Amino acid sequence: MASLLLNVNGDQLEVTAPDHWTLLEVLRYRLGLTGSKQGCDKGDCGACTVQIDGEPQLACLALATLCEGRAITTIEGLMPAHLRAGGKGPDPLQDAFDRCGALQCGFCQPGMLLSAKALLERSPDPSRDEIRHALAGNLCRCTGYTQIFQAVELAAAEAQGRAPTPPAWHPDGNPWMPACSKAPAKGESR
Amino acid sequence: MDARLFEGPRERGITLMAARDQHGVGAPFGDRFQVVGRAERKVDGLAKATGQAVYTDDIQLPGMLHAKILRSPHAHARIRSIDTSKALALPGVHAVITGRDMPIKYGVIPWTPDENALALEKVRFIGDEVAAVAALDEDTANAALRLIEVDYEVLPAHFDPKDALAKPEVQIHETPEKPDRGNVSKHVRLEFGDVDQALEDADVVLEGHYRFHGSTHAPIEPHCAVAQVSPDGVLTLWSATQITHYVHRALARVLELKESRIRVIQPCLGGAFGGKSDPFALEFAVAKLAMVTGRPVKMLWTREEVFYAHRGRHPMQLHYRSGIRRDGKLTGVDAKILIDGGSYSSFGLVTTYYSGQLLTGPVHFPTYRFDSTRVFTNKPPCGPKRGHGSVQPRFAFEVQLDELAEAVALDPIELRRRNWQGEHTHTVNGQRITSNGFLGCLDEVERASGWRERRGKLPFGRGLGVAGSMYISGTNYAIYPNDMPQAGIQIKLDRSGLATVFTGGNDIGQGSNSVCRAIVAEELGLDPDDVRVVAADTDLCPVDLGAYSSRVTFMVGNATIDAARKLRRLVTGAVAKKWSVPENRIFMGRGEVFDLEDRSRAITSREAIQIAEALHDTLGATGSYNTPKLGGDYRGGTIGASPAYSFTAHVVEAEVDVETGRIHLHNCWVAHDCGRALNPMLVAGQMEGSAYMGLAEAVMEVHDINRFGLHAGPSLLDYRIPTSVDTPELHALIVESLDPEGPYGAKEAGEGPLHPALPAISNAVYDAVGVRLRELPFTPAAVLRALRAAGVGPKARAAQQPEGARR
Ligand code: FES
Ligand code: FES
Repeated sequence: MASLLLNVNGDQLEVTAPDHWTLLEVLRYRLGLTGSKQGCDKGDCGACTVQIDGEPQLACLALATLCEGRAITTIEGLMPAHLRAGGKGPDPLQDAFDRCGALQCGFCQPGMLLSAKALLERSPDPSRDEIRHALAGNLCRCTGYTQIFQAVELAAAEAQGRAPTPPAWHPDGNPWMPACSKAPAKGESR
Repeated sequence: MDARLFEGPRERGITLMAARDQHGVGAPFGDRFQVVGRAERKVDGLAKATGQAVYTDDIQLPGMLHAKILRSPHAHARIRSIDTSKALALPGVHAVITGRDMPIKYGVIPWTPDENALALEKVRFIGDEVAAVAALDEDTANAALRLIEVDYEVLPAHFDPKDALAKPEVQIHETPEKPDRGNVSKHVRLEFGDVDQALEDADVVLEGHYRFHGSTHAPIEPHCAVAQVSPDGVLTLWSATQITHYVHRALARVLELKESRIRVIQPCLGGAFGGKSDPFALEFAVAKLAMVTGRPVKMLWTREEVFYAHRGRHPMQLHYRSGIRRDGKLTGVDAKILIDGGSYSSFGLVTTYYSGQLLTGPVHFPTYRFDSTRVFTNKPPCGPKRGHGSVQPRFAFEVQLDELAEAVALDPIELRRRNWQGEHTHTVNGQRITSNGFLGCLDEVERASGWRERRGKLPFGRGLGVAGSMYISGTNYAIYPNDMPQAGIQIKLDRSGLATVFTGGNDIGQGSNSVCRAIVAEELGLDPDDVRVVAADTDLCPVDLGAYSSRVTFMVGNATIDAARKLRRLVTGAVAKKWSVPENRIFMGRGEVFDLEDRSRAITSREAIQIAEALHDTLGATGSYNTPKLGGDYRGGTIGASPAYSFTAHVVEAEVDVETGRIHLHNCWVAHDCGRALNPMLVAGQMEGSAYMGLAEAVMEVHDINRFGLHAGPSLLDYRIPTSVDTPELHALIVESLDPEGPYGAKEAGEGPLHPALPAISNAVYDAVGVRLRELPFTPAAVLRALRAAGVGPKARAAQQPEGARR
C-alpha cells in the first residue's frame, strides 16, 4: 500500500492504494471519479485520457505514485473550472459536443474531450487535419468521428466569433441548438 | 400498403405527411412540428460530456466483491473434473462456482438453448467460461483462478466449417437424438420461382465466389455486470446489455427464480452494436455469486475477454450466380452460402435465414434461391453485429451487380435504377415493402460525389464505387412466440408540469431515449426539458424487447405516440370541459394550451395539466406497439419480415497504392432513406457511425483465429479499429420517404447505412485499377496479391497512364 497526495482538479487529496495501481484505478475506485473510463487498460484506446500538467496522458499507463505533485485534470474538472472562471453551464467544448451529437454512447468522450481541450489550448483555431491528428489516440467506435470534428470546429469557431461550417446533412446554415450559455430563457419561443 | 395515406404533392422526392397515420388520426399538429425534425440535444448528452453519466463499472456498492472467470485453454475438450478447493482456501476468496451450480442450458433463441453459464461437460473454444471466483479484489480473484485445477480430456477440434461438415464424427454439440446432424447448426433452403429457367433465359449469367472474413463489434466499453440480492431475496442485476428483457428471462430460467423476483437494469451503455445482445456468462456468474455470498458482486471483463465473448459477424463463403438480360433487367439469383458459426448457436437460426431473406431489395429479381448452412466450429461464437446476417451477402451481391453492369455495358447506378423494386410492392420472397426512397438515395450520392463527371475518369489508382442496400426496421419475429406487445410505454404527467416516460427500450448510444422525449414533447406541446425518460429497468418500465434488429425508434416510437396521444386527449378534454367548448377547439403546443378559435384564451401547459389532474385524478397513460401480420406464407417466411424497410446507397472514393497494396479511402457519401429524420443530427450520427464501421471491416479489421483456435490478437492494437486519421470524410445525406406506419413516418437509421460500404470499396477499387476484390478483408497484403495476380503493378501504372483506357 502506498499513501499518496494527489492534486486532482485543483483539490489536494490524500489516498492510499496498492503500490501497483495506476492513476486510472485510483481515480475510479478510490476517489470515485468514474468519469475517466477504462476501455482496454493497456494504452490502446484512449478512453482513460486525463490531463497531467496540461498534457493529455493515458491514466491507465500512469503509475499513481508517479503522479504525486502534478496537476491532474479529469473530465469532472472542466465544468467547475469553467464556472469558477465566471462562465455559465458546462465548458463550451463539452457543450459543443452535446450540441453536435458527438456523444453517442459517450464512453470514449471524456478522454476525447480532454485531448480536444488540450488541442484548443495550444491551437485555438485548428484545421480539420490538426484535429484528426490530435484525436488519433482516442478511439471512438460510435460516431465515425465526423460529429466530434464538427464539435471541435464549432467550439473553435464560436470562440473566434466565426460561423461554423454547416454539415452535409444540413447544407444551408447552422442547424445546431444554441449554446447553454446562450439558451433562450424559459417561455421564449424555441 | 394503404396508398391513400400518401396524398399530397411531392417535393424534392419527398412525400408530404398525410392527414392521418396508423394511430387513427393524423398528428394533431399536422406536419408543423415543434421538436421533431430538429437537431435537438440528447437526453443524456451533457451527463456524458461532463463525466456524470453512470455506466455499469461506475457502480460501487458497499461491501462489493469482485469476480473473475476461468477460461478454457483448449479449443475442444471434455471436462473430467474440477477441483476448486485450493482456490477456495485462498484468503480473501468468498466463493467459487462451476457449471454444476447452474446446469440449466439457455440460448437467446428459445429453440436453440445450447449454452451453459459455465461449461458443464465440455468446453468448445479457447476462452470458453469454466468457473468463476468472487473475492475481495480483482487481484485475489485472479490469483484464485490460477489455483483451480481442471482435468481436461482434449478432443480434436474444427476450425474450418468445411472440415466440420466433412468430419461429423468430431461433433461439437452432441445430438444423440439426431445422429446425422453432425456439426450443422442450421440449414435453410428456399426457392422462389424457377431460378434455373430464369438463368437459362438470361443473356448473361455471371458466377462468382466471395468471402467474408468475420469481424467483431469492439465497443469501447467492455462487458460488465453487478449483482445484489436484497435480504428478502430480490436479485438486482445491473448489466451492460442491450436486451434487459431477454436477460431477465434467461436469469429466471437458469437460476430457477421467479421473474418477479428479479430486476434487471441497464445503466448507461458504452456501445454495443449487437455485441451485448445475448445473455452472457458474467451476468449469470455475478448473480449466482451474489446469491451464494450475500454480498454485491461485480465482474468487469478485460478487453481480451471481450474478444472471446465475441458474437461478431459470421465468416461466410458465398457463391452467387445471377442472370441479366441485355436490357439490364435481372432474371434470377442463385446463392449458396456456408456460414462459420463458431461454437454456439446464439442468434444463428436467424442469421441463417437473414443471409438469404434480406437480399430481395432494393433491386428486384423475379426468381431467387438460397441455400445457407451454418456450421459449428471451435471458435468464439458468432452472432449479430450491426446489419445482422445481411452485410456478408450484400457485399457479394453488390459486387456481382457491378460485374453485371459491366457485362451489359450499363452504368452501375443506372443498373440499380432500372431494377429498382418500387414502393408499395412485395419482394420475391413475399415481404411487404411500403415506403422506398432508394431512388432518392441513388440521386443524392450520384450528385454529391460528382459521379457522372468523375467515375472512370479519375487518374489511375483512384476510383469511385457505388452500392445499395435494404434493411429491416424491426421484425415481427418476437424471438419467443407470444401475443403481447413488442413495445410498451407508460407516461406519468403531474401538476409540476413534468412528464416522465417509462420505456423498456435500451438506449445503447443510438439515442432512443431522446427519441422518446422528442415524441412526448411534440405530442403534449411541452418543452423537451420538461420531459424525463426512465429506461431499461424491468421493475419500473413496461416490457420492450430490446435494442436489436433496428426496432427501437419504429416500435418504441409508435408506442410512445400511442400513449402520449391518449394523455393529450385527457388534457384537452379537461380544458374543453372547463371552458365549455368542443374538444377539437383545444390545442396543445409550444408550452401552451389554447382555444383555436379564440387565441386570447390561452393557459400554460402546466395550468392545463392541473385542470386535467383535478378532473381525472392522477394522470397517466400507457401505449404499445405490435407489428401487423407480415411475412411470406412458408416456413421461415416471417423471418426478415419487417413493418418497414430502410434503404441506403453509398459512393466511396478510394485510392489504391499499387506498390504497397494499401487502400486509402478519401470520401464516403452515404444517402439513407430513414423515412423521416426525427432528429437529423442523430440520424446523421448513425449514418456516419455505420459507414465508418463498414469501411473499417473492409480495409482494416480482421477477427483472426489462428490454426490452433487461438485468437491472434485480442487487443485494440492488433484488432485495428480506425482512428480519426484512418477514417475518410463521411458525408451523410438524409433522404426522407415518410413511411406510412413509422412514427411520423420514421424508419431505422442505425444498421442499414453500414451495408453498402464494403462492396462500394470493392467497386471503387475496380474503377481505380481494374481489379475485382471478391474476398474480404482488403488488407494491403491481400490487395497486393490480387494486384500481382492481375498483373497490375508500378509498371502497369505507367503503361496505363494517362487515359482511362484500362478496361
Ligand atoms: S484504458 Fe487507457 S488506453 Fe484504454
Ligand atoms: S461515442 Fe461511443 S465510443 Fe465514442
